Amino acid sequence: MELFRIKNDIPFMSYGRLTTSISLVTFLLAIVFLATRGLNFGVDFTGGTVMEVNYPQTANLETIRKAVDSIGLKEATVQNFGSSHDVLIRLPVKPGASVSQLSEQVKAALVQADGTAEVRRVESVGAQVGDELYENGGLALFFVCVGIVLYLWLRFEWRFAVAAIIANMHDVVIILGFFAFFQWEFNLTVLAAILAVLGYSVNESVVVFDRVRENFRKMRKASVVQVIDNAITRTMSRTIITHTMTQTMVGSMLLFGGEVLHNFALALTIGILFGIYSSVLVACPIAMWLGVNRANLIGDIEKKESDKKEVVEVIS
Amino acid sequence: MNRYPMWKNIFVAIMILIGLIYTIPNFFGESPAVQVTPSKSSTKLDPALLGQVEAIFKQEKIAYDGIYLDLRGVKARFANTDTQIKAKDVLQANLGKDYTVALNLLSRSPEWLHNLGAKPMYLGLDLRGGVHFMLQVDMKAALDKAAERFVGDFRIALRKERISYLGVTREGQSVQIRFSAAGELLKARTVISKDFPNLTLKETTDGADQLLTASLNVLEQKRIQDFALKQNIQTLHNRINELGVAEPIIQQQGADRVVVQLPGVQDTAKAKEILGRTATLEIRLVDEEKTDVSTLEKAEKGQAPLGDEAYKTRDGRTILVKKNVVLTGDYITDAGPGVNSQSGQSVVNVTLDGRGARVFQQVTRENVGKRMAILLIEKGSTEVITAPVINEEIGGGRVQISGMANTQEATDISLLLRAGALAAPMDIIEERTVGPSMGQDNITRGVHSTLWGFAAIAVMMMVYYMAFGVVSVAALAINLLLLVAILSMLQATLTLPGLAAIALALGMAIDANVLINERVREELRNGNTPQASIHAGYERAFDTILDSNVTTLIAGLALFMFGTGPIKGFAVVHVLGILTSMFSAVLVSRAFVNLMYGYRRKVNKLSIGQIFKA
Repeated sequence: MELFRIKNDIPFMSYGRLTTSISLVTFLLAIVFLATRGLNFGVDFTGGTVMEVNYPQTANLETIRKAVDSIGLKEATVQNFGSSHDVLIRLPVKPGASVSQLSEQVKAALVQADGTAEVRRVESVGAQVGDELYENGGLALFFVCVGIVLYLWLRFEWRFAVAAIIANMHDVVIILGFFAFFQWEFNLTVLAAILAVLGYSVNESVVVFDRVRENFRKMRKASVVQVIDNAITRTMSRTIITHTMTQTMVGSMLLFGGEVLHNFALALTIGILFGIYSSVLVACPIAMWLGVNRANLIGDIEKKESDKKEVVEVIS
Repeated sequence: MNRYPMWKNIFVAIMILIGLIYTIPNFFGESPAVQVTPSKSSTKLDPALLGQVEAIFKQEKIAYDGIYLDLRGVKARFANTDTQIKAKDVLQANLGKDYTVALNLLSRSPEWLHNLGAKPMYLGLDLRGGVHFMLQVDMKAALDKAAERFVGDFRIALRKERISYLGVTREGQSVQIRFSAAGELLKARTVISKDFPNLTLKETTDGADQLLTASLNVLEQKRIQDFALKQNIQTLHNRINELGVAEPIIQQQGADRVVVQLPGVQDTAKAKEILGRTATLEIRLVDEEKTDVSTLEKAEKGQAPLGDEAYKTRDGRTILVKKNVVLTGDYITDAGPGVNSQSGQSVVNVTLDGRGARVFQQVTRENVGKRMAILLIEKGSTEVITAPVINEEIGGGRVQISGMANTQEATDISLLLRAGALAAPMDIIEERTVGPSMGQDNITRGVHSTLWGFAAIAVMMMVYYMAFGVVSVAALAINLLLLVAILSMLQATLTLPGLAAIALALGMAIDANVLINERVREELRNGNTPQASIHAGYERAFDTILDSNVTTLIAGLALFMFGTGPIKGFAVVHVLGILTSMFSAVLVSRAFVNLMYGYRRKVNKLSIGQIFKA
């Protein structure tokens, strides 16, 4: 079976203006949502307490709210999640009270209100820890970007490095935009997903860039646009197959992974979908506009490899 | 050209074999077990303990599946939890206070795997249930306390040298001495800089008064903080032993934090109470006038003579001590085991601070020949750690407690003196609790995600790439095998995000095989022979695979460096997954393809799905 039967190179670069405009619009929308709605940070970043409580019968949210109110925690939110038997209680950081005392108080109040309550999970994070995680998250993102740019610069050329990082940072912003728009909870696992996706999407650009470089060597008479179009067309089949496979795995996580992995898988899904698009259709036009050409890409490699035998050159 | 040299095939085979051996333990599951460890961290593990435990089981007719001794203690497996709990009770009753008996889970894998060091993966708290605490040590309090000690020390030093001063006060973490004359200040400066070399001294004037400000220099501050952290960790160790947790983790994190992980602990309230407990030491005099048997018997029934209190010593005898407290543990700056240079006996060396030394000198002068009791008050119960006889007046704050039976006892007692109390208060700043049913659910979720995702990928790959798809799937399966094997070998903590990382690693690793297969197809499309296409396909795809994996690796490393807890777990698996995928997707899959096509005389067609010729 072969899905992709492509006779001629698809003139992707002539759509360059269109594809990058689409990107620009989604990017700006994401920024707008981020600015107006902001991210719904989880306790990992804000500090506070989350408790997951399970009841053998349908949970009575009113009783639970009363129980939590009774110890003077008016700001607490109580809501169902997953099923009617499971309840999620969120408590903000209370100045002066230690995070661990708070959770014990709530636990006691819940059990007093209904002896069948089973506390399945408690996460309490002090405000100070939250700030640090926030800071470390930013540092990690920064480090990944710098690392990737440096590597691509060494391995290819600065134009490719810049193009790839712009394309992929735009993915990151779009993922964040989704999280802001839907107010999905942004926690540490989502951050991990974003960083993983960043590394993964750059793969995509690398595969295409590799092909572009190879084409410059092989297609001596072709123009830059032709070279890039050919590279994208030839790698398209691989791009779509690979992403389908990865997405299948992520989809399986969405289905079976439960509450904890849900947002992780969501972030990956968005990242993968936009990654296909941007790492090819945004990175390549940007690299082209930055002036990638045969000379600056393979200039000196050319000399070293000139004695190597050229492999059959076919341009369909 | 598509044949591996023999050594390469053997290498691949050996790697797969090793992968199998170290993966297998994960399939045997775990059975209920008990673990017996000495309750004092200073006590050496005695190999005779194994026989002792076996004898107790035989006597009480408790059937066990396996028993062995390792670095931590004696571990025994049982068929069910009922026997496990019964065994725990029996052992606790028979072994007494010297040993901690904890419930545990042990791998059911056979003996020979255990001997090879093959263990199942180490599950994190979110998968096995338990509590995780991060405690912040209040370093400011530790430094304040240290400065407070210098106030007393300075007074004594100045008085000894007959230097007149107006007052000594603590200002934050520095100490201010006030003089009326500049000459006295100069003298004081010489004395203090000689006796306390780790202080930074500064002279100022305040109206007519001369001020000498002493503050802790950076080195001394660091030393005090390190000491406080070490002592707190030691204290936590002792307390957690009491909880009976099988595999507690108590680790320093950063300069002023301690992470405590207690797998399987559900009673979080009790755990917090024990971690946050404040213990105090007190030194009091023994009432030597009332040592007759009848008074002691009466005292045991709660009728202690006026002004006295009855307490038990560590070997269970009753002793009457005066209510009046001579010193509290705050004055003890250090305690350690040692040997008396004259008698060769084991002793405990205790160092007191300035004020403590002064009080101690006075009390010992007045009570030569009497006994002095050191009490540990914890959670409302009081125990007499030791009650040595005062042989002579002791000055200078260096106290030697003799009468230790051996070095072991000396170590134990100094540990209690030092670690009975926390050096500085601690706060719980992060808590993560996962119930046992939740842990099991999380395992199921992670495993199901991985397996169903894998199955779907396998079907798609095989339909799309035929025989090459089968090879890709086999390579992916070996990737999974190696990844699990390495995680088991390293005993790296596997968390739920870690399980997600395994799934994700597989989803991403397939990329390498897709790249290769697409390349081979392309070579065929270009009219190359099947053998040449395989060769060129693998060759050409390799550069791309390497490049793309490096970028993923960079992301993984950043996560590892900046991530904490579960995220670190994700990063470890992510990075390892990339490395194993390089091996399996390139080397292993090529070995399979070589075995399939490399030895045929004539290959007309590759089973790699349909290819449209351009």
